[in-house]
Amino acid sequence: MKGRYSLQLVLALVLLGTVLLCSVFAPLLAPYDPITPDMTVCLQGPSAAHWLGTDALGRDMLSRALYGGRGCILVALAATVLSMAFGMLVGVLGGWFGGWADWVLTVFANIFQGLPGTCLMIAIAGVLGPGVPNLVFALVLTSWAGFSRVVRTETLRIREQSYIEGLRVLGAGPVRLLVCHVLPNLLPNVVVLFTTRVGRCVLSVASLSFLGLGLRPPAPDWSVMINDARLNYRSAPHLILVPGMCILLLLLGINLLGDALRDRLDVRNQEAKEL
Amino acid sequence: MGRYLLQKLLSLVPVLLGISLAAFVLGAVSLGNPAELALSQGGYTPTREQVAAMERQLGLDASYPVQYLRWVGRALRGDLGESYSSRRPVAQELGRRLPVTLKLAAGAMALACGGGLLLGCLSALFRGRWPDHLIRAVVNVQLSVPGFWLALLLILLFAETLQWLPTSGNGGMRHMILPAVVLSTASMATAARLTRSALLAELGKQYCTAAAARGIRRWRLVVRNALPNAAAPVLALLGNSLGGMLGGSVIVESVFALPGIGSYALEAIGNRDYPALQGYVLLTGVTYVGITVLVDLASLLLDPKVRLEGRRL
Repeated sequence: MKGRYSLQLVLALVLLGTVLLCSVFAPLLAPYDPITPDMTVCLQGPSAAHWLGTDALGRDMLSRALYGGRGCILVALAATVLSMAFGMLVGVLGGWFGGWADWVLTVFANIFQGLPGTCLMIAIAGVLGPGVPNLVFALVLTSWAGFSRVVRTETLRIREQSYIEGLRVLGAGPVRLLVCHVLPNLLPNVVVLFTTRVGRCVLSVASLSFLGLGLRPPAPDWSVMINDARLNYRSAPHLILVPGMCILLLLLGINLLGDALRDRLDVRNQEAKEL
Repeated sequence: MGRYLLQKLLSLVPVLLGISLAAFVLGAVSLGNPAELALSQGGYTPTREQVAAMERQLGLDASYPVQYLRWVGRALRGDLGESYSSRRPVAQELGRRLPVTLKLAAGAMALACGGGLLLGCLSALFRGRWPDHLIRAVVNVQLSVPGFWLALLLILLFAETLQWLPTSGNGGMRHMILPAVVLSTASMATAARLTRSALLAELGKQYCTAAAARGIRRWRLVVRNALPNAAAPVLALLGNSLGGMLGGSVIVESVFALPGIGSYALEAIGNRDYPALQGYVLLTGVTYVGITVLVDLASLLLDPKVRLEGRRL
């Protein structure tokens, strides 16, 4: 079985690595400018000059696909890092100190967990209007509670371990215990949760951008490209095939990495329930 | 059990408060003056007096807490205000559109349940052989594919190229097939995964080994004995995913042009029609909470340890 997991991990890293490298080095790799229209070559299929064809405004699909993941990935990463920071803060404080502080924080987190995430996210993004800060805000508000719940449960478990008691007897203060002993032990759970959450955030950003509530044209974004092609994709399927495949490969890479990490780090949590 | 129920119901109070607050804040703290928005639908620029009069009429001159209490009071009586764009009561419009979304969600749930259990069973039966690998690969793709893209691909294949099914719009059952398939994808995949792992855990238990030793066929063992024991968590998972489907329906309804509550929310966002959006958030929020409670109760009732509590065995 060990070999299989490695295969999964390798596949995940290859997929993710390819997509990330292509996105990072898009300015070097892209043969054309992804935004400037060229009306002389509208809606062409794949050719030697344009490997993946051109869109309705004559822009090179390959260049747009290379640039297309940058905004989405950055927004998803930023939103996940922020929700992780906030969720961990709430979870660790609640789990460590217990008592009424824990009660308040848990009720607070339960409220957010009880809200229908996607509906609320769409409504928030819709009301605040498109734009990166609003997008990140909507994502963080609807996803931090998942982190805090897992972190709280783990902190509660770690707090009761005998080595923590031993350290306390040796005179370690709460800050030292939290930073040097509790946080490192939370790491496996948090890493797995982070990976799966990044995947969900990418999907959310993509969906919002598709609905016109996230990243906006003329930004060369995969889901914006798919949305732009809604008029033309019947005659020119490559307009949706190329960006869609990019999103699929990215998400596949992230999800496989999450699974592989979960197996490797032997994390048992409720993530399957939350998917 | 009575105590547990009471606790559960009490814990709902803050969640419901949170939902109503979220819905209210969305409307109240939105950009732009609601009175002006209400008056200026259709490109008309209202005078300052008209705006002031509208503010009084909408109760916007009161403080936020007072406005909130009034709004909740009206919502409890089923009055969600009047849509800015259509001038019709929001509650009525939501009620008219809800059946479409419910039909869609019911179809998706049926597909997710049937497909998930079937794929999970096959995967567990053929563990480690090619059907298992194939199903797990399919499940991974199902979890990674963006719904809106899948929707467009299915339209391209089944509606445009093969012309088996209608492209979009609201009609009979045939119009619901593609949307339900798209909406069910992710839930079907998670259900299949959970079914597989629960079945494998169940098959590793002694009663299954004993049954296998007595020569009972493996598929019979899975379907007759292991599946009923493994089904409870899968059904709970599916019940909970119904809430996610409400959110996913926004995208599906938008692509397939279905007049459900999801597309209503999108129209409301496009028109800056905040009462409509508030009504949508409140409705989906309360539905979501209701579903979670029902799922909790159902899994309690399915669990013999709880059901038979009090009756000494």
